[in-house]
Amino acid sequence: MKIHEYQAKELLRKNNVSVPDGIIAFSLAEALAAYDKLNVKTAVVKAQIHAGGRGKGGGVKLVHSRDEVKNVAKQILGMTLVTHQTGPEGKEVQRILIESGVDISRELYAGIVLDRAERKFVFMVSSEGGVEIEKVAAETPEKIIKEWIDPEKGLTADQARNLAIALEMTGTQIDSAVDIFLAVWTVFIQYDCTLMEINPLVVTADNRVMALDAKMNFDDNGLFRHKELLDYKDESEEDPAELEASKFQLNYIKLDGNVGCMVNGAGLAMGTMDIIKLYGGEPANFLDVGGVANAETVANGFKIILSDPNVKSILINIFGGIVRCDRVAQGVIDAMDTVNVSIPVVVRLEGTNAKEAAELLEKSSLEFLVATSLADAAEKAVAAVTGGAQ
Amino acid sequence: MSVLVGNDTRLIIQGITGTEGSFHGSQIQEYGTNLVGGVTPGKGGQEALGVPVFNSVTDAKTATDCNTSVIFVPPAFAANAIIEAAEAGMDLIICITEGIPAADMVKVNHTIKNLSTRLVGPNCPGVISPGKAKVGIMPGFIHQEGSIGVVSRSGTLTYEAVHQLVAAGLGQSTSVGIGGDPIIGTTFIDMLSLFSEDDETEGIVLIGEIGGTAEEEAAQWVIDNNLQKPVVAFIAGQTAPPGRRMGHAGAIIAGGKGTASEKVAALKAAGITVVSSPADIGKTMAEAINTK
Repeated sequence: MKIHEYQAKELLRKNNVSVPDGIIAFSLAEALAAYDKLNVKTAVVKAQIHAGGRGKGGGVKLVHSRDEVKNVAKQILGMTLVTHQTGPEGKEVQRILIESGVDISRELYAGIVLDRAERKFVFMVSSEGGVEIEKVAAETPEKIIKEWIDPEKGLTADQARNLAIALEMTGTQIDSAVDIFLAVWTVFIQYDCTLMEINPLVVTADNRVMALDAKMNFDDNGLFRHKELLDYKDESEEDPAELEASKFQLNYIKLDGNVGCMVNGAGLAMGTMDIIKLYGGEPANFLDVGGVANAETVANGFKIILSDPNVKSILINIFGGIVRCDRVAQGVIDAMDTVNVSIPVVVRLEGTNAKEAAELLEKSSLEFLVATSLADAAEKAVAAVTGGAQ
Repeated sequence: MSVLVGNDTRLIIQGITGTEGSFHGSQIQEYGTNLVGGVTPGKGGQEALGVPVFNSVTDAKTATDCNTSVIFVPPAFAANAIIEAAEAGMDLIICITEGIPAADMVKVNHTIKNLSTRLVGPNCPGVISPGKAKVGIMPGFIHQEGSIGVVSRSGTLTYEAVHQLVAAGLGQSTSVGIGGDPIIGTTFIDMLSLFSEDDETEGIVLIGEIGGTAEEEAAQWVIDNNLQKPVVAFIAGQTAPPGRRMGHAGAIIAGGKGTASEKVAALKAAGITVVSSPADIGKTMAEAINTK
């Protein structure tokens, strides 16, 4: 799960990480009230969307007066912000953060991620703040300093100090940075984060160390023990069809193609997308219906896939293991009764009772294209889009 | 021979009285696996699936001399269940549970790394040595005894591969689902190493997917160890968009890393035959075996 910058900063502030004063605004009036309340001359107006690169896209502006706040807030609220992470369609800005301006002397980077190969979390810092860390990692990897975190001890004060010194901090800055690093780690592990980035971490002109930006992602598998985080969920950031699918416990990801697919199992679902592409088609989605492919899940799957107007054919690929294929076939037939499907449906059922399933499909009055193998299924589904199989 | 599970397996089920544990437990028994007991805290002394239930893995070990445990407990309790099984001296722990927090698995791996136990999973279908023992949730009957070792991060895609192997006349020595999570126990490298030493295994099917660098590390291992057995690989997620989790918690291209193309390139550089179609796994393995 992703959250907004202002929400991440709220969590950090609660845990004694120094962040600029800021107030969230959903309207122009709220933005002006926020500026008045901050009682500063220089402020920053920051678009709040779940994507990076907001500054480059024109979603972050410095302001020096109430009039400027008015102009900038008007401009940013409701704008469609396009960044390298939003895709070309962009994202509508519905919330803006009004924040006190900070006099910056140095911009640095601090982040924590899961190192899958080492099976540990790793704390990373870099003197190259304010730019994408992936870029630093690719071009000047020596500028990223890492400390792997012992799962029993957590980040130690010694490690935090090493990181501060690696950033060439001096005097009181070191202690401030150590406190921040330790607090950031505490938040990270307390809330089951998978990613935390403070970019930039800044040293101010008056020698304070502060988190000027904050990005936090949470482990969906850990959310059961952090119900309070669910209040941070912003459903407007999610694709409506994906949101709908999640209500049916279906794992759906919308893509740009026109061959819809419904598969049991994530690996086979990806493999099915890949083979559609290999046969000259473009997959319209990823959809894993999970272990139980019954009439209800198949019907819900149809509804979600058909909510995408680009879809011109549907490929159902089920490998029946413990779930018997004839049951799945009956599920597909029943689902077609409740959902109006007017585009070609290719069905490939393999595994337990596959023969009985094929007979059921052939006997039904519905127009299925029954495929005998994975390759045959992909070929038929792609051909159906271009009219070749009908 | 086969690897991990076989005729010597003495299995217990942690979570034997739960819905999943009892359903799959009966399938495991039907396949002929030697199930000797089960564990559900608070239900010690009862019986399930015709075997005794114990309060702890240690109790089960004392009474049954079990050496393998398969875990079906819910995600919130699974990490502790793994640690309990490891500390009780299980040689092999297979964790089927999906949805364990990554931070829990970091702790689990740290705790068990110095114990003489092997963890497979979590979030995996388990392990089967056809004709000998099935410890997992895979459909046993699609498999056939033979000489191909299968290792995969997926479930149903593995069944698909096994189905193709059988259609091509190839049975399996052992088929292992190592799991779709970012932090798992047994890796591709561990399985390549076991299969390379197993006399019965003549060829290896490796099924990877986007996310992480486990396939790249496997490729490097093949080079470093000059593996002589033919390997056929498929990487799922060639069409997956970056930054999205494709069902499995570990299947995500993050920060431009973990793409299918990087993995395919690394595997090919190690001399591994990588098929671009998941429909070609079986016949390509057959060709590799026949031209060996």
